[in-house]
Amino acid sequence: MTPSRRPPREPMPGPIEWLRENLFSSWGNAALTVLALAIIYWTVVPFVTWAIVDAAWTGTGRDDCLAYDGACWPFVMQRIGQIVYGFYDVGQRWRVDIALIVLAAGLAWLTLPRVPGKRPVGALMLTLYPVAAFFLLAGGMGLEHVPTTRWGGFMMTMIVAMTGIVASLPLGILLALGRRSDLPVVKGFSIAFIELWRGVPLVTVLFMAANMLPLFAGLSVNKVLSALIAVALFSAAYMAEVVRGGLAAIPKGQYEAANAMGLPYWQAMAFIILPQALRLALPNIVGNFIGLLKDTSLISIIGLFDLLGIVQAGSTDPEWAAPNTAMTGYVFVGVVFWAMCFSMSRYAKHMEGVLAAGERR
Amino acid sequence: MTTSVSIPWWRKRRTRDLAIQALLIAAVAIVVALMWMNAAETLRRQHIASGFGFLNDTAGFDIIQTLVPYDESSTYGRVLLVGILNTLVVAAVGIVLATIIGFLVGIGQLSSNWLIARLARAYVEVLRNLPLLLQIFFWYFAVLRALPGPRDSWGLGETVFLNNRGLYLPAPVTESGFGWVALALAAGIAGAIWWTIRARRLRERTGQVVSVARMSAAMIVLPALIVSALASFPLTFSLPALAGFNFEGGFVVLPEMMALVVALATYTASYIAEIVRAGIEGVAKGQTEAANALGLSRGQTLRLVIIPQALRQIIPPLTSQYLNLTKNSSLAVAIAYPDLVSVFAGTTLSQTGQAIEIIAITMAVYLTISLLTSAFMNWYNAHIALTER
Repeated sequence: MTPSRRPPREPMPGPIEWLRENLFSSWGNAALTVLALAIIYWTVVPFVTWAIVDAAWTGTGRDDCLAYDGACWPFVMQRIGQIVYGFYDVGQRWRVDIALIVLAAGLAWLTLPRVPGKRPVGALMLTLYPVAAFFLLAGGMGLEHVPTTRWGGFMMTMIVAMTGIVASLPLGILLALGRRSDLPVVKGFSIAFIELWRGVPLVTVLFMAANMLPLFAGLSVNKVLSALIAVALFSAAYMAEVVRGGLAAIPKGQYEAANAMGLPYWQAMAFIILPQALRLALPNIVGNFIGLLKDTSLISIIGLFDLLGIVQAGSTDPEWAAPNTAMTGYVFVGVVFWAMCFSMSRYAKHMEGVLAAGERR
Repeated sequence: MTTSVSIPWWRKRRTRDLAIQALLIAAVAIVVALMWMNAAETLRRQHIASGFGFLNDTAGFDIIQTLVPYDESSTYGRVLLVGILNTLVVAAVGIVLATIIGFLVGIGQLSSNWLIARLARAYVEVLRNLPLLLQIFFWYFAVLRALPGPRDSWGLGETVFLNNRGLYLPAPVTESGFGWVALALAAGIAGAIWWTIRARRLRERTGQVVSVARMSAAMIVLPALIVSALASFPLTFSLPALAGFNFEGGFVVLPEMMALVVALATYTASYIAEIVRAGIEGVAKGQTEAANALGLSRGQTLRLVIIPQALRQIIPPLTSQYLNLTKNSSLAVAIAYPDLVSVFAGTTLSQTGQAIEIIAITMAVYLTISLLTSAFMNWYNAHIALTER
């Protein structure tokens, strides 16, 4: 740190000066300010009125909401169990709680700065956790069996997103290495795989999984499993391109140095190249996860009930169908998704800064 | 060359490489063969035909929006065409709107007006972090469903009406003689292009600057105007009007299409805004200073120095956003807008059961669009790389 580099601070402008400089510097600027104020007024005021002032806050059914012009919060409050756990047996919900709490703790451990032991915890979260969570949720080993047809809600969203993340990382790394391989067949297959999935919409991949997997496997495939396979293949192709970007940014000298040390290909990749490439690609990897999390909502198109799907289905239930039920549900789901995606994008931005600081001399 | 050090043949690099690749091919071939055999067996057991013969069978269902003549007696092949066109029309309208909103918000983020910059930033952060399907549901179920019925429509004069059945617009009706007007318009556009090229050649050769905008506008508008006056204005509009419980006449945009276009455009615009901001910020500050030093006005600096350089950075990611928008239009199936996935991979598949053929055709259509776009991108990148130095 060189303290003398910074220019001396300018005196703080007063509020009036600040307003004149930033909002009313010219007639055009003043007009823009008025326009912006109008937009804020016409969006924020009606929304707050709808969501808080005119909203129904207590009740047990649609009749309690019909009397109000605003949001129908009792819908969310009464249905919160279904929204979080889907149709999971009420007596078994503690299993979902444990899985979600461990997930939250693991993520906090990995993202908070200055917490030691990130590597072993990360390895456990990517290997042991998915297996343990699967047995915890599906049953077996002494736990009661809960069929996947009962899974749904927020829990389903997290299952699909986590499976996508856990499966797409190793697959994506392999594909990215394959695409940079000297072997023409390996390279050709990798390119074909990546470009095929990246060239088509996720909806068609889900349709394919739902309609074609049962044909290929020759038996009735579990619906949740086929959706998970579709999401994993699809996100692996995108992950491959992100990792390839990281690999391309590694200076050639690193490859040559690894060769000169006499390291075989896999050791060179595992100990020299990939640790650097993944570090560089981390912000984009997190960006990919955000896209994946948002895309999980598409599984409702093939008849599974994720967070959005279960709220959508619940809002058309005659018990709750009222003019404001759907909107209330969407706002609630929106807040949940937004909080998760926004914090992930903030984290990616923060990591970009950390990486840039590491590069600076 | 003789090999003095004797490496056994099975440890040679070439052998190993060949073996790895042969194994990979064999593995893929076995998996594909197994899947194929299973599929053939299942299809035979379920008595499902295979092959593309079904494209000539009668579909027997109706579609709410068709750009080409279609009725229940049309074939599945026709359904495919209707679906592709419906996908393309949503994509085209969505792309135009997304570009306009995206550029406005992107430039707004860089505004010196504090409030506008914050507002544009908020737009990007809110829309980008919400699932697109949620936004489509929001527009379709929560906004458009809540609009008044046809009798209480919101109207703009007596020409445009909005209600829960859709957006009613005046429809152009061409009369005899319109062909000549179209011809005059085409000739005018060709003339304007010729004039622009000529003006640029002149400027590059002699440095003399010729006005392009005014001359082009005149060349496009005047001949078309004169010809249509001679043909006593062969273009009229059919206005929508309330008849009984619904509107008649005019041109209606269905609520499904409106919800899809608005959601796709506003969502994609949040990405385009970021691309535009990054593109403009990416132009080095020295460029503006150099333009100032040369005495260029603010408008000239923007038009001649900043925008051409920013566009070079903006266009490649912009194209991939256009592609994303086109692919995302497949979410139409969730609100039953009759796009390719909805009518073909949805209805046609459930009626015929020919999953393999139908999914393959659907994916092939999207892949073709993607590959054409990336071919254009490669051409564009090579083009700007050449003119760079």
